[in-house]
Amino acid sequence: MSFTPNIQAYCCHYTSQQTLAEGPEGLKIDGFPANITINRLVCTGKLEVSTMLKAFEDGADGVYVAGCPLDKCHNLMGSQRAAKRVTAIKKALAELGVEPERIEMYHLPRGFHPEFVQAGQEMNERITALGASPFKGDAK
Amino acid sequence: MIIAERKPVNEIMEMVKDAKRILVLGCRGCVSICSAGGEREVEILASLIRLGKQKAGQEVQVTSATLVRQCDREYIDSIDQWDGQYDAIVSMACGVGVNFIANLRPMDKVYPGVNTTSFGGSAEQGVWSEQCAGCGNCILHQTGGLCPVARCAKSLMNGPCGGSVNGRCEIHQNVPCIWQSIHEKLVRFDSKDQLAAIAPIRDWSSAGHGGPRKTVRDDLTV
Ligand code: SF4
Ligand code: SF4
Repeated sequence: MSFTPNIQAYCCHYTSQQTLAEGPEGLKIDGFPANITINRLVCTGKLEVSTMLKAFEDGADGVYVAGCPLDKCHNLMGSQRAAKRVTAIKKALAELGVEPERIEMYHLPRGFHPEFVQAGQEMNERITALGASPFKGDAK
Repeated sequence: MIIAERKPVNEIMEMVKDAKRILVLGCRGCVSICSAGGEREVEILASLIRLGKQKAGQEVQVTSATLVRQCDREYIDSIDQWDGQYDAIVSMACGVGVNFIANLRPMDKVYPGVNTTSFGGSAEQGVWSEQCAGCGNCILHQTGGLCPVARCAKSLMNGPCGGSVNGRCEIHQNVPCIWQSIHEKLVRFDSKDQLAAIAPIRDWSSAGHGGPRKTVRDDLTV
């Protein structure tokens, strides 16, 4: 049975410029998986832990954040903050007995780069292999 | 302030495993300042509890709220507004808050969402260190404002012990020897004579060794 994961990506304005420039059609031609929803933010430093958890509550099988390179964030430390929050969620997922790899942080170059597409493909492969989110257990 | 940190989620899930309606209750006091149990952390824990229950295939209704404090009767009384809407309360206040709810609401099941660690302060973002142990008989006037009760691993009154090396405590090289700092401070203020005075054996009854402590202020009780 084929499984297409629901993946939510949170990308800052700078790492996701490509999506704006190319539009969904262009991204598809580049090979960006269509089942990944891109949520654009001004800066990943603005991303709250609760927003990422909410994505899992709303049915995401995987979540990832694409921010600027660690030492080259447009807003200085925004992507460092995001990375710390992702790490905190990995810990909480592990405590709940869920694979921490369901959430990931990527530090990507700004502008037009193939790495943006690669990150999406990598996450798509990883989550497809992991299968559906254990949080989707049927409520009794 | 009182320093706390969230308990591991699995520990909290075990506490509430039979609850179907949970009130996650934060505190706007100390635990908000140390980012352990304020509004933001309540939202996060509420979400984690819902996820944990979803994973277990159980239905749950989580209410999130944050009180001004959980160490005063008037705020605990305001829990009345959720009467009948929860089977269990997870308090994200310090242990004082959990105890206050348990005292004042004897019919409620209340569980701790955080581990209360110490009385401390934050000199750098995200790092809190213990400064006072609430011993009930402050001696900081004799020690240059630096507390040997809380900050000396052995709570020595006549320190340092023989294990102090290069200003570091023998329990770990990351821990400064507070008695070394006390000596340096008193020498700086030309008060090193104070160091020669032997502190007598201390009566620890004010520190809790004489049973639970209570403060009564006659001028305030009407
Ligand atoms: S309940 Fe605890 S954390 Fe809240 S204000 Fe009182 S002492 Fe501070
Ligand atoms: S001497 Fe006692 S009251 Fe004073 S700072 Fe130390 S522990 Fe606190």
